[in-house]
Amino acid sequence: MSDIASRGYANANKLVSTEWVAARLNDDSVRIVESNEDPLLYPSGHIPGAVEVDWVKDLNDPLRRDYLGRAGFEALAGRIGITPETTVVFYGDKSNWWATYALWVFELFNHTNAVIMDGGRLKWAEEGRELTREKPSISPSSYSAPERDDSRIRAFRDGVLQHTQANGQLVDVRSPGEFSGELLHMDGYPQEGAVRGGHIPGASSVPWSRAANEDGTFKNAAELRGIYLDEIGLSPAEPTIAYCRIGERSSHTWFVLTNLLGFADVRNYDGSWTEWGNSVGLPIEK
Amino acid sequence: MRGRARLFPEAGASLEAIVAEYPPKLQEYLDDFGFVTSREDRVDFLIDIADEFQPVPASIATKPYDEAQRVIGCESEAFVWALDRDDGTLDFYFDVLNPQGLSAMAMSAILEQSCSGAPLEQVAAINGEVVFTFFGRDISMGKGRGLTELVNAVVFQARRRLKPA
Repeated sequence: MSDIASRGYANANKLVSTEWVAARLNDDSVRIVESNEDPLLYPSGHIPGAVEVDWVKDLNDPLRRDYLGRAGFEALAGRIGITPETTVVFYGDKSNWWATYALWVFELFNHTNAVIMDGGRLKWAEEGRELTREKPSISPSSYSAPERDDSRIRAFRDGVLQHTQANGQLVDVRSPGEFSGELLHMDGYPQEGAVRGGHIPGASSVPWSRAANEDGTFKNAAELRGIYLDEIGLSPAEPTIAYCRIGERSSHTWFVLTNLLGFADVRNYDGSWTEWGNSVGLPIEK
Repeated sequence: MRGRARLFPEAGASLEAIVAEYPPKLQEYLDDFGFVTSREDRVDFLIDIADEFQPVPASIATKPYDEAQRVIGCESEAFVWALDRDDGTLDFYFDVLNPQGLSAMAMSAILEQSCSGAPLEQVAAINGEVVFTFFGRDISMGKGRGLTELVNAVVFQARRRLKPA
């Protein structure tokens, strides 16, 4: 894949290369964070010095369906030893799907000094770079966070309803089977299912992984514009909402539209289909 | 009723006629994981098992593999082969093409060790829910589905051979 700076991204500074990370393993102003779908990966080997942020136990409220609050984020940030000035580099499996999810949650607390390592752990490993099972010794930090800001990059059900009634731009990033309503839930996960199948009226279907190359890196800006602007007709100037089943896959698309294509106003609807497809009276298309 | 499961539950046969034990090695794993109380212990245990994973030998299959052997729904790109033994049981072989597919490798190692040479009735009785005994309930939906489909692929091979002509 070509050099990040040459790919035409709107905000290329939100992506760093494996080389960039390798040169900063001992940089105290940088904290490397691994965030995966597969819970076995980090303990089996991670970038030296990297800490783990787990999407289940670290990012979610343990009781309510919501993300952690201010106190929880401060505790998490303290545990991984960052301050508001720390550059947090997220990377992970599945073409950085879970890394972008963690980054999105950090940005809810205005920790915008956060970037993604292009290609994730697959690229790092395939380049033969070091992975270690040794957990880093982190000095806890004191982090004073603002209250979580849900107004800027997060969408809620009623707002999505208004958005769709106004013919706003919506991207459904689930699989084609989920978009068509053929799949209501995955085997073994009825709790993440929905009573009704289909999609939010007016939504365009672009599975999240289309933004990634086979090696896990992001496609260049021209290729991404071909998908999101030419193919489904999105306008970067118009407000856009992305959704999936619980909001994790759509955080990847949120990252692409916001940072790589420079869309002005993109929000992630984390209630997604598990909320919409189970709500009484909401409109659905098939 | 851990360790006993309904065979062909979709057929609606009587419970007495359709219960079977799980393969002993699988039951041993299930019992061992029943003692796991922390996430860290569970992960360490699974990593140790994943380290034992051996991909299908070249004498059985070489890449590119026949797509008929692919486990549909497993994003780690798992493949399963079942070869008949003279005693009527099966030898199972696996490969996982995604080098990051550690959970799929662990599940494959458990199934290979547990189901190769086990009575077909026991293999056919395995319920996909065993995945959650090994991995816990807090794995992602996609991961849970993929691992369950891996189990189902093994079960399918046993049931296919047990099915009356």
